[in-house]
Amino acid sequence: MDFDFSDDAKALREQARKFFDERAGPAVARASMNGTASFDAALWQAVVDLGWTAARVPEAHGGVGMSSEAACVLAEEAGRSLAPIPLAQALAATEALIALGTPEQQARWLPGIADGSVVAVTGWAEGGTASPAKASAKVDGGAINGTKSPIADLAAATMAIVSAAGPDGPALYIVDLKGEGVGVAPVDTLDLVRRHGTLTLSGAAADPLGTTAGYHDWLDRAAILGSFEAMGTATAAMDMAVAYAKERTAFGQKIGRYQGIKHKCADMYIKLELARAHALHAAWAMEAGAAELRQAASAARVASLDALAFAAEENVQIHGGIGFTWESDCQFYYRRNRALVAALGSRNFWADRLVRSLEQRNAAAA
Amino acid sequence: MDFNDTPDDAEYRAKARAWLATAAADYRDPPARPVSRGENVPESRKWQKIKHAAGYTGITWPKAFGGQGLSPMHSIIFNQEQSKYHAPTELFAIGLGMCIPTVFTHGSPALIERYVAKALEGEEVWCQLFSEPSAGSDLAGIRTKAVRDGDDWVIDGQKVWTTNAHLSDFGIIVTRTDPSAPKHKGLTMFIVDMHAPGVEARPLKQMSGGSDFNEVFFTGVRVSDSHRLGAVGDGWKVSLTTLMNERLAVGGKPGHAPGYRDLMALAARIETDMGPAIEARDVRQRIAVTYIADEGIRLTQMRALSALSKGEAPGPEQSISKVVVAKTMQEMAAFALDLSEASGFTTAGGDPGLHKLQGSYMASAGLRIAGGTDEILRNIIAERVLGLPGDMRPDKDTPFNEIRAA
Ligand SMILES: Cc1cc2nc3c(=O)[nH]c(=O)nc-3n(C[C@H](O)[C@H](O)[C@H](O)COP(=O)(O)OP(=O)(O)OC[C@H]3O[C@@H](n4cnc5c(N)ncnc54)[C@H](O)[C@@H]3O)c2cc1C
Repeated sequence: MDFDFSDDAKALREQARKFFDERAGPAVARASMNGTASFDAALWQAVVDLGWTAARVPEAHGGVGMSSEAACVLAEEAGRSLAPIPLAQALAATEALIALGTPEQQARWLPGIADGSVVAVTGWAEGGTASPAKASAKVDGGAINGTKSPIADLAAATMAIVSAAGPDGPALYIVDLKGEGVGVAPVDTLDLVRRHGTLTLSGAAADPLGTTAGYHDWLDRAAILGSFEAMGTATAAMDMAVAYAKERTAFGQKIGRYQGIKHKCADMYIKLELARAHALHAAWAMEAGAAELRQAASAARVASLDALAFAAEENVQIHGGIGFTWESDCQFYYRRNRALVAALGSRNFWADRLVRSLEQRNAAAA
Repeated sequence: MDFNDTPDDAEYRAKARAWLATAAADYRDPPARPVSRGENVPESRKWQKIKHAAGYTGITWPKAFGGQGLSPMHSIIFNQEQSKYHAPTELFAIGLGMCIPTVFTHGSPALIERYVAKALEGEEVWCQLFSEPSAGSDLAGIRTKAVRDGDDWVIDGQKVWTTNAHLSDFGIIVTRTDPSAPKHKGLTMFIVDMHAPGVEARPLKQMSGGSDFNEVFFTGVRVSDSHRLGAVGDGWKVSLTTLMNERLAVGGKPGHAPGYRDLMALAARIETDMGPAIEARDVRQRIAVTYIADEGIRLTQMRALSALSKGEAPGPEQSISKVVVAKTMQEMAAFALDLSEASGFTTAGGDPGLHKLQGSYMASAGLRIAGGTDEILRNIIAERVLGLPGDMRPDKDTPFNEIRAA
């Protein structure tokens, strides 16, 4: 057993961390919040130039052909740095194309994703339901109708991979956002840094990407990337809280000396490491195509959302009054926590999915 | 034991209810759009004056101070009835709930005469100038100094997180008057005119977006010694009166904050894969937990008030209020937003019930800090109620000016 990323993935993580430490982080997130641009175009270009959108793309399509571990470490660093760019989205879309795309679909889209001429997003959420069975977006005879909202980074995107009800059940479809019957509008959300949009589809051309089984497989993969992103964001919130606990004095002592604070910090770490164990297991299952994929992905998703909610909420608390101000960076994590829930479904949806997968496994073993 | 109104209570309730039905008719519905406290000053004043004229202000205050001289039960009955409307009351909550009670407990007859009635009739707005950048939980660590100069004191320093300072006419301020005494001993409290030269309130924006609190700078601000509350060096004792009143005033759930009823209504509207959300066990659990907290605190407050009305001192049970209320709000809001999936995240258009829950998710983070943090309130319960040993306080007996800068 080797319960760790490959040296290649670790080297990429170090590079990404160093780059984002210099070029992203809360100050850049704040500038993005205060600005009108829907994302940081210069930062995005730098990321494309570094080859990170190409990391996962096979060499035959102009990419580097790294394993899915590369996507995991990039998602984590993007989450940690709050970088206002559509990287997490590009990674999830790339994963769908690699796992489910026909050679033609891959040849059409992957080279553009690798060189940055295509900005790809995924759209799963639909308002108040996490249930694919209740999705309003429907495909009939190659045309898609319905509304997908909110979609992160939609304004930046040129193509979207969306889930919709197809003839045989939920499935993924590629929509060229430059095509007919496509409406894109901004939508306000609790996250003021990452911009979201509403995609209105009225008879747009929908290119089927895989089957219903493929859709479920992708959802698990996207959840794994989302878990790494959430862990990155949670780590940043924890680091901020721990640093403050070491620095702030009350009653003649560093507040980190009080167990009320110390134990909160320890609990942040405990929740994160539990999530990390599941996320690493899931990352392995994704790369190996292991049968445990569903259960590992679902567990990683639930555990990482819990870790993030706790770190984000208690980071504000540990900061006291200053943590509740607009000027404090605490709000970024508190708000992003809600964005990551909305993107791929709440812990309710994933806890249910986890238990269902355990039931199926038990039934199969019986 | 009897949970029903006594005949006297019932009569008072009927009277209040009938009066509100016409007097508060304009406030039957929530405001069409969120109104900031600043915009709401004239309306808040107007409502306070209407209540004052009808004898519904200072319900528990002695008649000599312009109050009604009634029992705390009457006050709670009126507040229960008033909370069925959306009347603007926050502007005066701090002044009437904390500052003025401190004035009439520790102020001279001349100060009481000058300030109490004006506050009660909504003429003057008050704020509480306690916290500083380096002293919040550890209030006795404040640095703003007041130096005696003839009949006056001259105040220099900075306060922060002062709710409503930018809208206030007066504030009660804790200052350090003897830096050579240990931290709790060298403090003195004053009434300060917020319009005096040298006072500057700069609004700070909250994480949730609004700007209700401020940083307040004091530069050579002169306050007459006649505006001192309590003896020189007794500021700590005086501030405890304010804080005790604060815990009564902010202990309960903020008016119109969502509670278990909102969660029930939301769950009834949501269909999940497995049927209506309201039928799901985990949802019912959360509704139950929220009910137990919300109603439990309401009943706990009634218990304290009922003791008061019998002339007994309320027990320490009151100290659980804010810890329960604030965290319950945050947990309930997070649960409700989860249940609403992506709709719980978008803020434009849509469901007003959801927007209220989003607001509560943001505001509860501040409520867990304001007026004593969750951690400090637990320390108080553990140490003062349960008698557990206190934390080490290494700087407690050191002269303030010899405490090493943190
Ligand atoms: C919305 C809002 C409104 C406010 N309005 C007012 C106002 O009108 N007037 C006013 O004077 N102040 C006001 N405050 C300030 C409030 O009283 C302080 O923020 C609060 O007391 C905490 O102080 P602090 O911010 O300095 O945090 P700190 O005291 O620095 O606390 C930081 C963290 O350390 C923890 N901590 C500190 N000591 C201990 C300990 N011994 N054991 C365990 N944990 C500990 C705290 O719980 C917190 O988590 C307001 C605050 C908010 C958020």
